[in-house]
Amino acid sequence: MNEIVDGFVQAFSLIISLDPEVLEITARSLLISLAATAVASLVAIPLGGLIHFREFGGKRGLITIIQTLYALPTVVAGLFVFLLLSRAGPLGFLGLLFTPVGMVIGQAVLIIPLLVGMTLVALSGVKRAISDEIVALGATQTQAILTIIREARFAIIGGIILGFGRAISEVGAAMIIGGNIRGYTRVLTTAIALETSMGNIALSIALGMILLGIAMVVTVALFIVQER
Amino acid sequence: MNMHFLSTLHGGTVIFLVALVLGAILISGCTTTNPGQGGAQIPPTTQSPSLPPHKGQKLILATTTSLYDTGLLDYLEPLFEEKYGVDLLITSQGTGKALEIAKRGDCDILAVHSPDQEKAFMDGGYGINRRCFAYNYFIVVGPADDPAGIRGMAPQEAFRTILGKGKAGNPGIFFVSRGDNSGTHSAEKNIWKAAGYNYTSEVQRSGAWYIEAGKGMGETLQLASEKGAYTLTDEGTYLAYRGKLNLVPVIEEGDILLNVYSVITVHAKNQPVEKITMANNFVNFLISPGIQAKIGEYGKEKYGKGLFIPMNGGCMRFECDCTTPASETGPLTSFK
Repeated sequence: MNEIVDGFVQAFSLIISLDPEVLEITARSLLISLAATAVASLVAIPLGGLIHFREFGGKRGLITIIQTLYALPTVVAGLFVFLLLSRAGPLGFLGLLFTPVGMVIGQAVLIIPLLVGMTLVALSGVKRAISDEIVALGATQTQAILTIIREARFAIIGGIILGFGRAISEVGAAMIIGGNIRGYTRVLTTAIALETSMGNIALSIALGMILLGIAMVVTVALFIVQER
Repeated sequence: MNMHFLSTLHGGTVIFLVALVLGAILISGCTTTNPGQGGAQIPPTTQSPSLPPHKGQKLILATTTSLYDTGLLDYLEPLFEEKYGVDLLITSQGTGKALEIAKRGDCDILAVHSPDQEKAFMDGGYGINRRCFAYNYFIVVGPADDPAGIRGMAPQEAFRTILGKGKAGNPGIFFVSRGDNSGTHSAEKNIWKAAGYNYTSEVQRSGAWYIEAGKGMGETLQLASEKGAYTLTDEGTYLAYRGKLNLVPVIEEGDILLNVYSVITVHAKNQPVEKITMANNFVNFLISPGIQAKIGEYGKEKYGKGLFIPMNGGCMRFECDCTTPASETGPLTSFK
């Protein structure tokens, strides 16, 4: 119990004293995971829309595969991207392994299935009656689609937050692709893993609190944007 | 006004804008966060301005968790960077993973402590200029009341005793193994072999007494402490953890407990000569007298004793090279 209390105390003192390394790690975590979420959103939301509004053979199977990939272990996603980005791999010439950009790619790959799935759920959540009504009112197909998307935006933002949450909290891909290099690819989760293995339990808990804190800020910010 | 503007847009556009803003934040953020500025030991008052900007070439050093966790490399990093104007990026991985990264050409330097694995790596032609730079000893730690009664024994004899009593079902006799193919795990396997056992058939899965953690050294020590078990550890990690553990050193002597650290220039396919030359600079930096002295001093203040013993040019008995300047830039095929 003592260690948990210590963790709280240390978290506050780190935040109040604006410890430069903690600030830097926190900023890096936030930027990498926000970028990964942005990239994944740009890919996944249009893709989800495409799958929802088009009828094609194997649609059910495709959706099952996407939903299965929700459970993609972070280490496996990390390993997959590691093999792609390694100098011996197909994209090795880009030199992105052990870089923040590589980590963005890894986290984006990890959460794209989740975001596609959430987009599908959001769009199918819009009542059929609404789209029928719009069409009855003389709307074109494009107008109907845009209306459905607008109706679904609350759920889609929810999906984005879920994706961001998975990105910023995962350690497997960040560790394998980023390598936990101090001052370069060390993020909150990999720092927590390192501090735990070095026995600095209170510091690990403090970093965990900070992670939850910024997750809350991002969630609130996205909801404010959505409310407008 | 802005709010009204947003509310007239379609939901999809709003989401697109959010993504765009996030992207913009990232790009602007990239210019303000200067990569490569570490500073764990630097108090807030003396930060950034005194740190040199990292501009030059990036050099990736892959190392093992037990070496990295002692903090030695973080301590030496700024000294090297200042001298050569490069950005040294240190990634700590399990020994197996570090060697694999090196084989794939994803790092430029290796700092490891697993002689057998290093030799196989060198024989495979993946590395050049292997130099030993420091050593210390593994120790066997266990509960203070020493339930197996092994205190003062030679390591091999102690292992035989633990195995014998453990297999016989004596309650309270446990041994925790790293079980992760790390350098420490290799050292443990060597001791079992020297004690006359076949590791896979006679030690692994031979009973509840033998626990394979599959974790780093720190976590393995914590597990051993919780279980009241014995374990093999490097001295540095044990000293760093000592205050949190109910474990004391029970065996500290024996040649088989020797733990030698080496540095290797990675020589992967298509690796640019500049990287190899700079990696050689790091090898020479580690074996230079000034840095050897610093390695010897490291940890004395915090733990009351140094964590590493530098080679200081005297490594004959370890059958390794700690003096020849690293100058080769390619493997010598005739040299074995």
